[in-house]
Amino acid sequence: MKIVVCIKQVPQSTNVKIDPVTNTLIREGVESQINPFDLYALEEAVRVKERLTADGEASTVTVVSMGPPQVDAALREAITLGADDAILLSDRAFAGSDTWATSYAVAAAVRKLQADLVFCGMQAIDGDTAQTGPGITVHLDMALVTYVRKVREITTKRAVVERLLEEGIEVCEVQLPVLFTVVKEINEPRTPSIRGKMKAKSAQIPVWTAAAMELDPDRCGLKGSPTQVVKIFSPEHRAGGERWDGEPAELATKMLEIIRERATV
Amino acid sequence: MSIRVIADKCTGCKVCTRACPQMAISMDGKLATIALESCNFCGSCVSACKFKAITIEIEKQAREDLSAYSGVWVFGEQCDGQLAGVVPELIGAGRRLADARGSELGVVLLGENIANLAADVAKYPVDKVYVYDHAKLARYRPEPYARVLSALVRKYKPEIVLAGATTTGRSFLSRVAVDLYTGLTADCTGLEIGDDGLLYQTRPAFGGNIMATILCPYTRPQMATVRHKVMPAVLPGDTARGEIVNVPPQEQLLTSRLTITDFVRDVTQKVNIVDADVIVSGGRGMGKPENFAILQELADLIGGAVGSSRAAVDAGWMPYAHQVGQTGKTVCPKLYIACGISGAVQHLAGMQSSDCIIAINKDANAPIFQVADFGFVGDALEVVPELIKQIKAAKVAK
Repeated sequence: MKIVVCIKQVPQSTNVKIDPVTNTLIREGVESQINPFDLYALEEAVRVKERLTADGEASTVTVVSMGPPQVDAALREAITLGADDAILLSDRAFAGSDTWATSYAVAAAVRKLQADLVFCGMQAIDGDTAQTGPGITVHLDMALVTYVRKVREITTKRAVVERLLEEGIEVCEVQLPVLFTVVKEINEPRTPSIRGKMKAKSAQIPVWTAAAMELDPDRCGLKGSPTQVVKIFSPEHRAGGERWDGEPAELATKMLEIIRERATV
Repeated sequence: MSIRVIADKCTGCKVCTRACPQMAISMDGKLATIALESCNFCGSCVSACKFKAITIEIEKQAREDLSAYSGVWVFGEQCDGQLAGVVPELIGAGRRLADARGSELGVVLLGENIANLAADVAKYPVDKVYVYDHAKLARYRPEPYARVLSALVRKYKPEIVLAGATTTGRSFLSRVAVDLYTGLTADCTGLEIGDDGLLYQTRPAFGGNIMATILCPYTRPQMATVRHKVMPAVLPGDTARGEIVNVPPQEQLLTSRLTITDFVRDVTQKVNIVDADVIVSGGRGMGKPENFAILQELADLIGGAVGSSRAAVDAGWMPYAHQVGQTGKTVCPKLYIACGISGAVQHLAGMQSSDCIIAINKDANAPIFQVADFGFVGDALEVVPELIKQIKAAKVAK
């Protein structure tokens, strides 16, 4: 079975600032990391591969990411964490993509890889939209299950999973091919293995361009994106207010006053 | 796609050279020059230039006549005949936008046996209530819900579609937007009609450290999701105002490769933190898992829910469903009480837009005090029991 994991390289810290002179994001000195939620997606993919292999169904995990050339580092890191191989989708034509154009390009890669099962993290910590995973399923006419917190059963034809909803846990049965977006609760990601590190060092990571995937240029990048960002700005800065110290009883009294004004006691 | 520097307007200030992340701009004397082979059209230089000396021309046109689209729709998310809490807030925003556009506000209801719910919804300040009633829509599933909403949009052509940023809304609206090849903006905190008649959608990114305003100029409908408790709710009137439109269901839209086999309600949470007006939250400073019971007691006394920092969840003290922060839930209650939470950036990302923040921490230098409206330097394990004592004493006195 072919398993694909879609990952995104995001800034190390989302504590970003806007340069007051240029009104753009300050990018220098900001390190990168694999989007934290994607680590859980990758771990689950590797675990599913292990389960299927134990059941006699040979499987592979391929990691895919769209971005500039430096995303190669994130893909290699994914190999240290258990992925078998990786593909980088990189092309100037992809610059300025919103979630529609991103899902279009990533879906093309998933199609080319003929994946039966796709894992994505719940959302990226920079864009925070949670839209790309579901969008991919439409381009591929693939089933979708979001907020997956456990894969109870999995075969080449169907899966039984648990979803983490606001009010409780929903159990669903779904036909493959399917794309899962996963929540943190699903597993504990492993640390890199020695074998993984050696594999990552020598891995050949192909770069697929828009042309290689036979993409329609009108549907890529800024041109293909139905949404556009017209302005970015800093939110109103929240400043600390009054502060007290003292005996617990005094602090409690003061706190109670404040609480009474805002809640029903 | 083309980009050029307007020579007459360029003053040679060099701000654009600093703004360009690709380092594609250099100065030719006092004129900014862009190396086209390095430019990726991100637009940073356009924003940066105070003299509007740089323009990007995108050869984009609408694929169809956009004036055929009219009206604002609200997806009336419901479960077991109960409207999701965010829906009255969406109706409030939708009414405001529809009035600004001089058009109608419709609510779309998908489900089974929802005639009574439709009658209730018609009492809100809405013009139409579209009802798509079928057994296969009893519970949300991505394929039937997305196909039905897409089909309704294609038929009735609303200009704007709003939905709640709930697990349901966030899942299937993206499918609808991709199917319709239109724009969707997630988690909007601001929605306004601009002078150009377009929907200006403002939302946080980077965990709330940046705000972005987004447009969907060339496609319709303009779609947006909104979180619960971000916009004010409107109340229904006593009489029906909206016209009910029963749409005959089409079986072929309702197939699904997913079936729901069970649902287990979460009984550990008395109040869901995403819906709560008051949250009492604990971090590593609570010392041990048993101490979260103190926070639950306080929460019960003041009608709140219990939240947790990532540290406490990772330590196994609290279930993940209670985690507030960048990799947990984002909450926006009227009152957030942070007990023994240091205030790491990732935690703040999940709660910094709360109306009022109270923090209790032993460490006077804890970063949480930078955002707390009211800071108490003390041990939460002493202050909170005192608080509980005083609340109970006041109740007895009554």
